[in-house]
Amino acid sequence: MLIDSFDEMNGRPGSAEVRPPYASLRKWLDDTSAETFDARRDQAEHFFRRVGITFAVYGDNESSERLIPFDVIPRVLMKSEWDFLERGLKQRVTALNAFLADIYGPQECLRAGIVPSDLIFQNPQYRLEMKDVAVPHNIYVHIAGVDVVRVGENDFYVLEDNARTPSGVSYMLENREVMMRLFPELFMSHRVAPVENYPDALLATLRSVAPIRQSRDAVVTLLTPGRYNSAYYEHSFLADKLGVELVEASDLFVKDDVVYMRTTQGPTQVDVIYRRIDDDFIDPLAFRPDSVLGVPGLINAYKAGNVTLANAIGTGISDDKAVYTYMPDIVRFFTGQEPLLQNVPTWRCREPDSLSYVLDNLGELVVKEVAGSGGYGMLVGPHATKAEIEDFARKIRHSPEGFIAQPTLSLSTCPTFAASGVAPRHVDLRPFVLSGSDEIRIVPGGLTRVALKEGSLVVNSSQGGGTKDTWVLDGGS
Amino acid sequence: MLARTADSLYWVFRYTERADFVARTLDATVRLASLPQAYLGKGNEWESAVASASDLDLFKTLYATANEDTVRDFLAFNPQNPSSIRNCLQTARENARSVRTALTFEMWEALNGAWLELKSFDTNMNREEFSRFLDWVKRVVLVFDGAAYRSMLRNDAYWFSRLGSAVERADNTARILDVKYHLLLPESEWVGGSLDYFQWTTILREVSAVTAYHWVYRQSVKPWLIADLLILNRQMPRSLANCYEILVRHLDLIAEFYGRRGPSQRLASATLNRLSSERIERIFGNGLHEFVEDFITTNNKLGAAIAEQYLN
Repeated sequence: MLIDSFDEMNGRPGSAEVRPPYASLRKWLDDTSAETFDARRDQAEHFFRRVGITFAVYGDNESSERLIPFDVIPRVLMKSEWDFLERGLKQRVTALNAFLADIYGPQECLRAGIVPSDLIFQNPQYRLEMKDVAVPHNIYVHIAGVDVVRVGENDFYVLEDNARTPSGVSYMLENREVMMRLFPELFMSHRVAPVENYPDALLATLRSVAPIRQSRDAVVTLLTPGRYNSAYYEHSFLADKLGVELVEASDLFVKDDVVYMRTTQGPTQVDVIYRRIDDDFIDPLAFRPDSVLGVPGLINAYKAGNVTLANAIGTGISDDKAVYTYMPDIVRFFTGQEPLLQNVPTWRCREPDSLSYVLDNLGELVVKEVAGSGGYGMLVGPHATKAEIEDFARKIRHSPEGFIAQPTLSLSTCPTFAASGVAPRHVDLRPFVLSGSDEIRIVPGGLTRVALKEGSLVVNSSQGGGTKDTWVLDGGS
Repeated sequence: MLARTADSLYWVFRYTERADFVARTLDATVRLASLPQAYLGKGNEWESAVASASDLDLFKTLYATANEDTVRDFLAFNPQNPSSIRNCLQTARENARSVRTALTFEMWEALNGAWLELKSFDTNMNREEFSRFLDWVKRVVLVFDGAAYRSMLRNDAYWFSRLGSAVERADNTARILDVKYHLLLPESEWVGGSLDYFQWTTILREVSAVTAYHWVYRQSVKPWLIADLLILNRQMPRSLANCYEILVRHLDLIAEFYGRRGPSQRLASATLNRLSSERIERIFGNGLHEFVEDFITTNNKLGAAIAEQYLN
């Protein structure tokens, strides 16, 4: 499998050629002793533990400290490659926002036959509550974490759009922080575009989408499910960097369709909520009544236009795996342009021809549950046993509309520390796209996730993935 | 700031202060109990340790007798005792975790480190190990308090943390007086004779004031001077008067910052005024026990007023 992949350093694995962005990094890898790398890796781990990235405690009495492995070899992109990606991402997110405004509004794309209506209306991610609700500034996806994979020198595919509550940006920031501490000399010899302004860009974005009102500054908060959530570290990290209150549901209340937080000086009106709680749990009066994480009445305040939720309610419909397959048409319809970033060719099992193709070729395909995420509910054909394939075939036949299939993509590889030394491992990239009322902001880079097991294509941290610092080299090396 | 954040900070400091107090009480009691029987007097020093540092009724539902083993277990480790050292550190850490953005990194590291280390202690300790454990507890609180003092911004978050410490301290000192007031009454001089000397120094030890006493009064230990030191002396960091000086100062800072005074400012000032105008002779004349009981009620009222005004 590795043979067919594009290698970001060598072009092809094992080739003696070194691509320009990696030229001086290659030299650094050769010149630095194994002992130095061992010591730096220990320091990196120590840093992450001290800073507290590990404090993903599940359950009260446990101190299970999960540390997502960090690989010290950066993943490098040239400015020109990044510029292309940036244009593609802006185009894609612009289309996502227009698509959401349309399906919760005039529904022209359904009338034009761009997307089948039943796919929208029968989708649990479509929130009827949002139909004809004017969201502030008509923006739905303020923060997108678009997963991009590279399969060739100039071929980038979007794997998932992640338009709900994408996470991982704290790793992007902390990975850079630790690299700059451990290898300051590398940053002398490479002009790496900074990412540390992400919190500023995020705050500017959130402020720009506040409901239009009188002169006072918008009050922004970050809503977390609480300290038992696995991403709680990221929530507190971001609130700290943004300088906004980290609120739990019990800190907020709604009166006369206005949202307030309880402060030591009495109730303070809240204008923008960067929420890291899923739609289902955000308001027990509107969605799941058993949710204790939600704020009763929040949705009414939202519909009344008194508060902005970022991201908006109902964005899940746009990163649904079935809707994903229509993205190229959605981009064309709403931007009038050819998509810059490609979609992975996808067979929709809901279509009979595709279904029979998929069932005949399960051994070569990746099959995903439409509703799944995090790398779960997925069959990687070439890596599956016969029994697993048969088992999956039964599931697909039982409810074909619940599955899509894609060719096994050979994700690009990057040099990575393995037990045996430096070896190529598959990577993806999650840049964070911020859409405000004024502009779309993207800090150059993102979170590179790496599948640490040899040959593995699953980069999710819940399944043994690690992370790398991501460099965009400004003006060559 | 968020009311919940202020509330959690306030309780982080109450619980760390309480952990320190329970550790000092155990330390002083172990020392008293190691004296020959003839020096001890009639009372059960272990029972009185429980009465001042925790809840005697709860203790009696869990153990048949009060002795070194049962009281050590109850005050230091028992998860069913909300004021056991283990529970204090755990609750403080839980509160801290829920408001991490309000703590500096140094404070979080001190508490989180302590919480992780707490698990490594085997509760089956001999006296020497136990005394090392108590030293460790006191050190944890010193480091945490020092981190707060050295690293926190001087804003409302800091002021609420000071309020938590001071309310808890005032309560702790008053509870010692409540349990042991009879040892300080003038007649006990004749009743118990010099045997009470060791009981008196135990009281001083429980508030870390043996040396302070000698610096302030420059004479041998007298029960009414102990009462004076613990109640009225403003220089003594655990005296009721000092705690109220701190409470008034920080409540005033908060009121000034928010531009509004309320019941808690009025209550704290009234209590401080009363303490300032008191003389120890008059307190004894009107009844030490009544004074202390009255103070505990007033202090609880202040705690409730702070909660009502800011933390809910």
